[in-house]
Amino acid sequence: MEIVLALAIGILTASGLWLLFRPRTFQVILGLSLLSYAVNLFILAAGRLRTDAPPIVGKGAADPALYADPVPQALVLTAIVISFATTALLLVVLLASRGLTGTDHVDGEESDP
Amino acid sequence: MSGWMQHLIVAPILLPLAVSGLLLAFDERRRTLKRLVSLATVAALVGIAVMLLWLVTDGFGLDAASAPRAYLLGNWPAPFGIVLVADRLSVLMLLLTSVLGFTALFYAIARWDRSGPRFHVLFLLLLAGINGAFLTGDIFNLFVFFEVLLAASYGLVLHGSGIERTSASLHYIAINIATSLLFLIGVAMIYAATGTLNMADLAERIPEVPSEDLAILQGGAAILGTAFLVKSGIWPLSFWLSRTYAAAAPPVAALFAIMTKVGIYVILRLTSLLFGNASGGVAGFADSWLIWAGLATMVYGTIGILSARTLSRIAGHYILVSSGTLLAAIGIGGHAVTAALLFYLVSSTLAVGALYLIIEPVGRNVEEEDKTPRILEPVFDDEYTGALEEDEDETGIVIPGTIAILGGGFIFCTLLLSGLPPLSGFIAKFAIIDALFGPAVITPTSWLLIAIIICSGLATLIGLTRAGIDLLWTPAEDSPPRLSVIEVAPIGLLLAACLALMVCAGPIFLYMETTAVALGDRSAYIEAVRHAPRAGEAGP
Repeated sequence: MEIVLALAIGILTASGLWLLFRPRTFQVILGLSLLSYAVNLFILAAGRLRTDAPPIVGKGAADPALYADPVPQALVLTAIVISFATTALLLVVLLASRGLTGTDHVDGEESDP
Repeated sequence: MSGWMQHLIVAPILLPLAVSGLLLAFDERRRTLKRLVSLATVAALVGIAVMLLWLVTDGFGLDAASAPRAYLLGNWPAPFGIVLVADRLSVLMLLLTSVLGFTALFYAIARWDRSGPRFHVLFLLLLAGINGAFLTGDIFNLFVFFEVLLAASYGLVLHGSGIERTSASLHYIAINIATSLLFLIGVAMIYAATGTLNMADLAERIPEVPSEDLAILQGGAAILGTAFLVKSGIWPLSFWLSRTYAAAAPPVAALFAIMTKVGIYVILRLTSLLFGNASGGVAGFADSWLIWAGLATMVYGTIGILSARTLSRIAGHYILVSSGTLLAAIGIGGHAVTAALLFYLVSSTLAVGALYLIIEPVGRNVEEEDKTPRILEPVFDDEYTGALEEDEDETGIVIPGTIAILGGGFIFCTLLLSGLPPLSGFIAKFAIIDALFGPAVITPTSWLLIAIIICSGLATLIGLTRAGIDLLWTPAEDSPPRLSVIEVAPIGLLLAACLALMVCAGPIFLYMETTAVALGDRSAYIEAVRHAPRAGEAGP
């Protein structure tokens, strides 16, 4: 499981970074989205990987070893919401920039005509 | 601390947040109402900051050691719940933010809040985010407040629309989203190494981190630090800054002067709390990086000031110079240097805020034809534009001798920014240099920092004088710029604040020194968070 997760994070980060440095605004947005998926998986991995372990402790004294760490899961939820909102905002700015400059280049003008 | 005073700590976040939500409910056409409500809110924030100052200093005792105050959100005990901590440093930053915010908002009322919809909502949201970042005692909560202030700043950069702003903000948003991802990676790695995100708890646990996990911890802290360094505009991660700030509307740019300082504040807080002398294997691991990166930023900013052709670019590069000075001084460390850098931080923030406000009236008659495209057709259908079509006549009465007022203010700003006597800029720089001469053996990096501080002051003087001659001395054919009292008053207020810094330098320095000593002593901070009183229980 560790190797699968590590590979997934690595591939997502690599593709995200490659797209982030592309000249088209839409590619930049896709790159940022892929990067944020990779980061979310990474945060989850920071809380140690467990299978079949619930994050919520029931009533009474419980053995913490039986449960998954709930904090990274809460962090991931927050991070997902925030990155979703900022990506949506960036999409709007992208459309506005496309409308004002007439090109989808990140600098607002084509570099080599 | 009892009764309602206990809840005062959360007020600088809750008040602007609630009011900005409330203002959304009102139509854009009820402009007077919106202006009055948001001005009253920001004025109340100044009052709250003063009261918090009274609280954390035990009744304005400038030199008395007093404990920080912690506030448990949701009444969960630390470190399980989220805490807010008000100590001398954070209250100082709160006061600075609210004063700068008040003047910028006052200035915006002259005409800038009309050039786009929902200005006041975004402005208050930005203040809520900044205040939250200064108050929080939890790294992940810091991330949330950073996102709040960034989201509001995205909207404010776009305020007024136009091609330049849209394309500058496209870069600004992309860079900041990428930076936020770095922030998250750093937080996750620190959590993996220590198992906590509460700053006080981290300070206790970091010395006990086993040596095999130190690499993860240091890597996480370095990535986290990079995120803050991007925000504070360190070279070579600062190329976005001067363009974005130059594109933003003047009152927005004036408020943004505090945003780089948020990054500086966090770095100061984390280096003193988490990586101080008592932190075992990670003590001071980033100090030399901070010094050299700060020096490089200063050199870059100085060259930028000399090569800039517009005033707003000069101001942007000046922000870089001041960030570099602060970071290098943080890297060198020590009580005396920290006290001096805090004074410099306050003085330079106020001065550059005033410069951003003065730029637009000074340049108004020069680039009259360039100013008109600011008011463009709406990008989206729902944007309210009715106000933009109104005539400009209500901008205000023409004051005779506007040039004299602007010129005086400009000279004042120049003296402040370049650090010439007798104003507070000089005192700040003199204090930093004096503190660097403090130790018996002066290191070569200290000499280098002193040299660059002096050179950057000279470059600022040259750059601003050149721009001032261009804009104010060259006889203009057309009439002098029209200036309303609403625009002059906030500039005067900021400059008066700098004057007050100069006149009361003694007591203010005493405060800064106590703050620096309190920063060096982390046990008081940890103690305050550990034993924060829960509601319904008697406090300690």
